[in-house]
This record gives sequence, structure tokens and C-alpha cells, in this order.
Amino acid sequence: MNTIPEINYLNHPKGIKSWLLTLDHKRIGVLYLVSILTAFLLGGIFAVMIRLELLTPGRDIMGPQTYNQIFTLHGAIMIFLFIIPGIPVALGNVVLPLMLGAKDVAFPRLNLASWYIYIVGALVALYAIFSGSVDTGWTFYTPYSTETGGAVVAMTLAVFILGFSSIFTGVNFVVTIHKLRAPGMTWFKMPLFIWSIYATAIIQIMATPVLGITLILLALERIVGIGIFDPAMGGDPVLFQHFFWFYSHPAVYIMILPAMGVISELIPVFSHKKIFGYRAIAYSSFGIAFISFLVWGHHMFISGQSQLASMIFSFLTFLVAIPSGVKVFNWTATLYKGSIWLQTPMLYAFSFLFLFTIGGLTGLFLGTLATDVHLTDTYFVVAHFHYVMMGGTVMAFLGGLHYWWPKMFGRMYSIKWSRIGTALIFLGFNVTFLTQFVLGTKGMPRRYYTYLDQYRPLNFYSSVGSWILALGFIITAIYLIHSLRKGKPAGNNPWGGLTLEWTTTSPPPTENFQTPPVLTHGPYDYDTADVKPTI
Amino acid sequence: MNHSQSRPAYLAHHFSDPAQQRDASKLGMWIFIMTEILLFGGLFLAYTVFRTLNPDMFYNAHKHLDLTLGTVNTIVLITSSVTMALAIRSTQVGKKKQTLIFLFSTLALAAVFLVIKYFEYSHKIHLGQLPGRFYTYTGIEGTNPHIFFSIYFTMTGLHAVHIIGGMVVITLMVVRTFKNHFSAEYYTPIELTGLYWHLVDLIWIYLFPLLYLVG
Repeated sequence: MNTIPEINYLNHPKGIKSWLLTLDHKRIGVLYLVSILTAFLLGGIFAVMIRLELLTPGRDIMGPQTYNQIFTLHGAIMIFLFIIPGIPVALGNVVLPLMLGAKDVAFPRLNLASWYIYIVGALVALYAIFSGSVDTGWTFYTPYSTETGGAVVAMTLAVFILGFSSIFTGVNFVVTIHKLRAPGMTWFKMPLFIWSIYATAIIQIMATPVLGITLILLALERIVGIGIFDPAMGGDPVLFQHFFWFYSHPAVYIMILPAMGVISELIPVFSHKKIFGYRAIAYSSFGIAFISFLVWGHHMFISGQSQLASMIFSFLTFLVAIPSGVKVFNWTATLYKGSIWLQTPMLYAFSFLFLFTIGGLTGLFLGTLATDVHLTDTYFVVAHFHYVMMGGTVMAFLGGLHYWWPKMFGRMYSIKWSRIGTALIFLGFNVTFLTQFVLGTKGMPRRYYTYLDQYRPLNFYSSVGSWILALGFIITAIYLIHSLRKGKPAGNNPWGGLTLEWTTTSPPPTENFQTPPVLTHGPYDYDTADVKPTI
Repeated sequence: MNHSQSRPAYLAHHFSDPAQQRDASKLGMWIFIMTEILLFGGLFLAYTVFRTLNPDMFYNAHKHLDLTLGTVNTIVLITSSVTMALAIRSTQVGKKKQTLIFLFSTLALAAVFLVIKYFEYSHKIHLGQLPGRFYTYTGIEGTNPHIFFSIYFTMTGLHAVHIIGGMVVITLMVVRTFKNHFSAEYYTPIELTGLYWHLVDLIWIYLFPLLYLVG
């Protein structure tokens, strides 16, 4: 019979103050988890509102101006408050030091500071929402963003502040991975999740400052009219797009790389088989990180940039498919002849494989110049990035959450209800977004308040999908919260994993390990190591 | 590494020995410096774009910057980097009084830099050589002269913010030196402050020729 250790990081020390001033990476991870899930809820409510408005053409629940604000807030909140911090700050914070066999991250105070900075950024964003809101889309394109009303400066300030939080996390993780690995853990004995978090951190460190300066320039443009994005003053609005996407394209890999890391953990554990192509998966994370800095121009094919530039960017964009393909094929090869255990995390891993592949392949349509001209700014693009971001990252986040949940909180959630939740989310997602691929190819433009009558049936299906999706999330929230008190104790190693976090208690003590961990096998040595699940 | 030995007070619980802690802190600082370079990198890019678009204007406009004051400021900052380096050296050899003298010199030189910058700025404001839509000066030939001053003020302004930030951190180091936080064994914070200060200096070394020595 599994038991919960009497003293663990969750109950010792006690009190709100001990949480708000904690330097323990696990507690900071939990604080972050609560924060990003709150943001996810808020962004999700906005998403349902968008779909409600688009249920029929014309006005359903809000006017066009409100609609512009709602989709902007949906995008900005989901991207800057949920998916960019997402997996690294919540799951990474908890498990990265555990996986390395470390007692904490390299800079615990910086870690806590990054959470407070995140909260300040979120509060400024809330202030922006209530003091006039923003209707620019999450991209803040000039000249619209310099001329429209509303709280653009406050919103850019919020994003600027959130950038610091992201950079601090990145710095912390890189240094931790370099300097705090357990004795015997060489680079190629690290779990692949660590490799992907490392590649992510490099992008956070190298791209985020450029977003910072972009937002400073945008704010200056708006406040004092420095003119560098204003064509009437000899400035160049397309320069803003270059600046913006130099960050924001790499940022989509900040979103997806940690997700790929989670999948690299889930698939070998639930196939009970050594991962296929460890080094190829590790290197491909860096391949993706490297190429991510060279492809920003594919967001600007119709911006008026030179045709030569577009051709080069198009070519480089196709290169991303290579390391991404390497990963997908290696995961699939790992499944081959594995003894597959269909627990909820694995269901999410399969959802990821399926949906991310669709998201990735439809990206090629958009990277191709001729088809992109037709598809730009249609619902095809909306469907594509939701398949990557939600079908990819959110599925992996949920998979990782269900995988590490028993480690974080010591208890199991209801297996039956979690399967129902997964099925609803998978179904709801596809009903919502598969229809949007079709809408896009038929020419329905994104971001519009209303649409022609011919798009009515598909929009209706899409909105119904959003309700199924919402139901799935509500069920998930209920059984997860329920498990915190009522769940069965999970034991140290519920899934039979071989990485170090499964060698300590669930939940772990404040110091992570009772005795300093010793590495006796590689992270995926299922052929040689003997391990049994404790549930 | 012997874990049973007594641990010095400055050693955080999750590091096994002082060397590991020092290496980690330094690596973190170097990464932070990289982010700073990329932050200014955006401005260097904007500079390049607009200088390419308006080469004659940049040449004409740069003559309105005060080369003498700019040169003096360059010397002031380089000297402050020297005093900062000496402060680190003094801590390493355990000379508290010297450390304080050098830290105060660095602070004083930073203040001189800002005062000179203040006089340069107020002169420009007086003449209306201001960024973007506030530009009212009429004596510069070429296309879009206001852009030059947009870039000048943004670059030097952001740099000045970094000087002020550096001064705050150096003041903190003065306080901690007073309180005997540092010794010949433990001086990492002061060393990292030095790294940051050299970065701020180095950025100016690029700003100076780009803005004051065009053509």
C-alpha cells in the first residue's frame, strides 16, 4: 500500500508566508502552475466568447469593437501568460532539478523573482484590459498600434515585464543544467526533457531581449512619436514586423520545444522501451532552436519584403521540417514493438503525435510562397497554429501534467474520468479546428467580426466543438482538484519511469532526495534496468 | 569534494562547494550580458537601417553632436572601468579600504558621465534637435533629420538607464563591503558587478563612433 510521506515540500513549512517567500523550486513550480492555469482559464473563456460570437454571422453576443478586443486578449493572454511560460515554468521548475539530481535550481531567489515579475506583468496586463483594452491583435502591428485608441502602451509594458520573467527562467535553467547535474550524469545521460528545456532556454535568452527593444521602440513611437515606424516621417512599418517576428517566430519554438521534451519522456515510459535515436532527438532540439532564428520572414510574405528575401525565408522554413520530422519518426520508432500502456499521459502523447503532425504538415502549405499568398490571413492559418500550439503544446502540457501530477502532489487522479476528459478534449479540439482548415481554404478571413452566409455551417460546427472542448477541460479541472485530497497515494514511481525524479518520494521532501542520488542507469535503459510501476 | 566539512556562510545550500557556486554565478552573469547585447542589438539594427536609407543626413546631423564632450565622456567611462577592475582586485587581496576608494571613484566617474550627458541633452533640447515629431530645428540638410535624433536619444537614453542601474548596484556593493560581506575567498558579487560595468562601458565604446564619428 502506498503512503504519502508525512513531511514533504507541500506541508513543510506551513503557512501562506512560507509559500510566498519560498525558494524551493517545487513550490515555485506550483505557484507558477496555479498562475498559468488561471491565465489559461481566462484565455479559454475569451476563446469560447469568440466562438459564441461567430456562431452565426452578425451580432450574437457583442459588438465589433468588443470582438476585436476579445480576440486580441485571447491571443495575448494565451501566448504571453500561458503558453510561453507554460511547460518550463510549471513542469520544468518542479522536475528539472529532480531529473538532474540537484537540490534546487542554480539561482533560487532569481527563480522566485521571475514568478513575482510574471505576476506584476499579469497585473499590468489586467490593468491594460480594464483601462481601455487593446484591439491590435497580439502582434501589435504598426501603424495601427500607434494610431488606435486603448491601452496599447500598458499592454506592451506588460509584455515587456513578462519578457524579464522569461529571461530569468532561461538563465536559471541553463546554469542549472551546466553546473548542478548529479555526479555521473554526463550530457548524454540527461533525460531528453532537459535537452529540450535547454534549447528552449537558449531561445528565451537570445530572442526575448529583441522583443524587449521592439516594445520599447513601439512605446516611444506611441508616446513621443520617434517616427521610425511611421512612413510619413521617413520610418518603416515593415521594420516593426521584422523586429517583432525576429522574436516571435523563435517564440513559437519556446512554446513547442518543451512540449517535444515532454513527449520524449512519455513515449519510452509508456512503451517500456529504450527511446529510439536519443542523440538524434537531443541534437534536433538544437537544430530547431538554431533554424528558428532564420525564418522570421515567412510571416511577412505579403508585407512587401523583397521576393528574394521571401524565397530564402521559404527555403529556410522548409528546413525546420527536418529536425521536427526526425523527432516524430524517432518517437514512432520507439513505439514499434514496445509494450504500450494506455494511461492518460500516453493518450495525450498520442494526441500530440496525431495533431502536431497535422499542424506541422499544414505549416508547409504556409511556407510555400504560392499557396501562402492564397492562405495568408485566412482561417487556415488560425487552424494551423492551433494544431501546433494547442494540438501540440497544450496536449503535451496536459500529458506532462498527468504524468508528473502524482509526483507533484503524491496522489492519483481518477483514471476513468481522466480518459473521458482526454477523449472530449481530443474530439472537441478536432471539431473546432479541422473545420477551420476548410473555412480557410474557402477564403474566410481571420479576425473578422462576421462572415458570408456560405461559411455558416462550418462555423456552427466549430462553435459546437468549442463547447465539447470546454466540457473536457471542466471535467479535467474537477477530477484533478478532487484528486488533491481524495486521490489514492501514488507511490514513488507510479508509471515505472527510470529518470531520477521517480527515485524520491511523492511528493518529494524539500531537499528533493533523502540521500544524494546515484546514477545507476541511463534515463531510458528499459532493456537492462528492472523497474515496476507502483500503481 | 567532502560534504562533511563545515560550509562557509556564503555558500548556498544547493551547491556542493564554493567553486561550483562561483562558476554558476559567473555563467549566469555572462548569459545576462548576452541578453543585454541583444537588447542593444535591436537599436544597432535600427541605426543601420536608417543610416543606409539616409546616408547624407546622418553625416550632416552627426556634426551637431559635441565631439569634445563625447570624447571626454568616453575617457571618463574607460577610466571608471579601470577603477572598477581595481576595486575587484582590492577585494581579492582583502584590502577593504582600497576597495571602497575604488568603488567610490567608479561611482563618481559614472556621475560625471551623467552630468556631461545632461549638458549635452539640454543643449539639444534648447535647439529643438529632438526625436521625431518634437524636432523643430531647421539647420540640417538631408532627408528626415529627426530620425537621427530619435536614434541618438533612444540609444544614449537606454545606455544612461544602464549607467544608473550600474550605479545602484555599485552602491549596493559599497554597502556590502562596509558590512564585511566580502573577503579574499568570497567576492563573486563584486566581480559580477564589474562584468556588468564593463559591458555598459563597452556599449558606449560602440555608441561613440557610431553617433559622434560618422563619415
